[in-house]
Amino acid sequence: MPAISFQSVSKTFPSARGGKLTALDGVSFDIEEGEFFGLLGPNGAGKTTLISILAGLSRATAGRVAVRGHDVVSDYAAARRQLGVVPQELVFDPFFTVREALRIQSGYFGVKNNEAWIGELLESLGLADKAHSNMRQLSGGMKRRVLVAQALVHKPPVIVLDEPTAGVDVELRQTLWQFIARLNRQGHTVLLTTHYLEEAEALCNRIAMLKTGRVVALERTSELLKAASSNVLRFKMDSQLPPEFAHKARVTGRIVQLPAHDAHEIEDYLSAIRRAGLRVEDVEIRKADLEDVFLDVMSAGYQQQKVAA
Amino acid sequence: MAGWQTLLYKEVLRFWKVSFQTVAAPVLTAMLYLLIFGHVLESHVKVYGTVSYTAFLVPGLVMMSVLQNSFANSSSSLIQSKIMGNLVFVLLTPLSHWSWFVAYVGSSIARGLAVGTGVFVVTAAFARPSFVAPLWILVFAVLGAGMLGALGLIAGLWAEKFDQMAAFQNFVIMPMTFLSGVFYSIHSLPEFWQRVSHLNPFFYMIDGFRYGFFGVSDVSPWLSLGIVGSAMLVVSAIAVHLLRIGYKIRG
Repeated sequence: MPAISFQSVSKTFPSARGGKLTALDGVSFDIEEGEFFGLLGPNGAGKTTLISILAGLSRATAGRVAVRGHDVVSDYAAARRQLGVVPQELVFDPFFTVREALRIQSGYFGVKNNEAWIGELLESLGLADKAHSNMRQLSGGMKRRVLVAQALVHKPPVIVLDEPTAGVDVELRQTLWQFIARLNRQGHTVLLTTHYLEEAEALCNRIAMLKTGRVVALERTSELLKAASSNVLRFKMDSQLPPEFAHKARVTGRIVQLPAHDAHEIEDYLSAIRRAGLRVEDVEIRKADLEDVFLDVMSAGYQQQKVAA
Repeated sequence: MAGWQTLLYKEVLRFWKVSFQTVAAPVLTAMLYLLIFGHVLESHVKVYGTVSYTAFLVPGLVMMSVLQNSFANSSSSLIQSKIMGNLVFVLLTPLSHWSWFVAYVGSSIARGLAVGTGVFVVTAAFARPSFVAPLWILVFAVLGAGMLGALGLIAGLWAEKFDQMAAFQNFVIMPMTFLSGVFYSIHSLPEFWQRVSHLNPFFYMIDGFRYGFFGVSDVSPWLSLGIVGSAMLVVSAIAVHLLRIGYKIRG
């Protein structure tokens, strides 16, 4: 039985002009028990909507979502017991201290005598010395840690993190990922949405990419990296690129990056640059990373490639 | 503790942690009403023949405070958590709509009774009413607090801004409590306004509550019980239904 199963999930909202806005359009995929799964996509692709439906914060217009076999609508109580969700927004209850917030959250799930686990969470997330601080007094990073602790307080087998490292400092990102990776090794399933593609590349064994409410890629991370151009030619230049490959390039200021399948293609690029009499600096060839794949998929090149292959 | 008990506990803790604002302040307000209206009207108004105006006023003020604070409790808790976004912590739990209802209405009853007791203790120093039928006092206090807690729950779910909540409180709840006979016996009103008052369910709460103190009321306490009980059922059914469908909280 999959840890999470999305079956033809659609969601439409009434739009301001009286029409309909499609946030999700027939999304279907399963996440297996024990996976570290990445859900990627640009802003507005429907990632948070999909997670809201999974968590019961929102309802699908059509389709079905199940957590370890429990339907999130008809069997919501069982489904939510299996889930620990770290929301994207930095929310907190200003009336309570960190420890009170965790005790209360634990109580909602009917978990009794949970002090040992609450202590371990505080310790693992570097919150031990803040246990008696009021939530209002915490910095943004500390509040984020409490959100993670709150999501884990009932020891859910399935953990959902909706952009947990957005605007978070390096130290917390390290602490957080070490802890989540440990939970994953212990058998917890993890579903992660993130904007940091290197995080997804380092952590996730499988990835789904969403674009305007549809799944446009669903692969093992290694396959996804293989499917894209395997190398990238990177250099700096001040002038315009030759028109024959300008459309393939990713340009960030002076930095130009060109996807290349093999050495011939790299030679072609370099000779075209020489013919055009352009001056380039800091030339390097590197392995393609998830960001290259992501940009490729989002510009729809990936799908065409798959069809051609 | 079961899940619903935790939510009830959390809701009680929420108002108790700011009890100066949620309990002490309304007690002081009620005492000021008693001092001013009692002073001005004591010698001018006679009710039920033998009861002094100040003594008549005490149960009315107690009930008014119970009603307003029960409403304020559930409504402000919900609107605050909605606007702060921390309602998500409860939305993510397996708690059923019944658990939500019991916790939000239960904590509102707790606050209503805490404020009501405070108002009674303070105002009793000025005029001690009798206790003819204490059970009626308790029944109407709990029912009134419960109904306003459930109304606050509905308003809290419905309102999206503090402005809308203030409108509900000031244009619906306040007039209905003030015009329910807190400050006067409706027998002193012209006949038309007496009939209008009979349409206001808040009138029966205060009238039945006052019966518990004096053994005298404008209508039979059994009639009041029937009307308040039915109103409570209707309001509760609506509140539970809205929670079940996730009205404005689950998109």
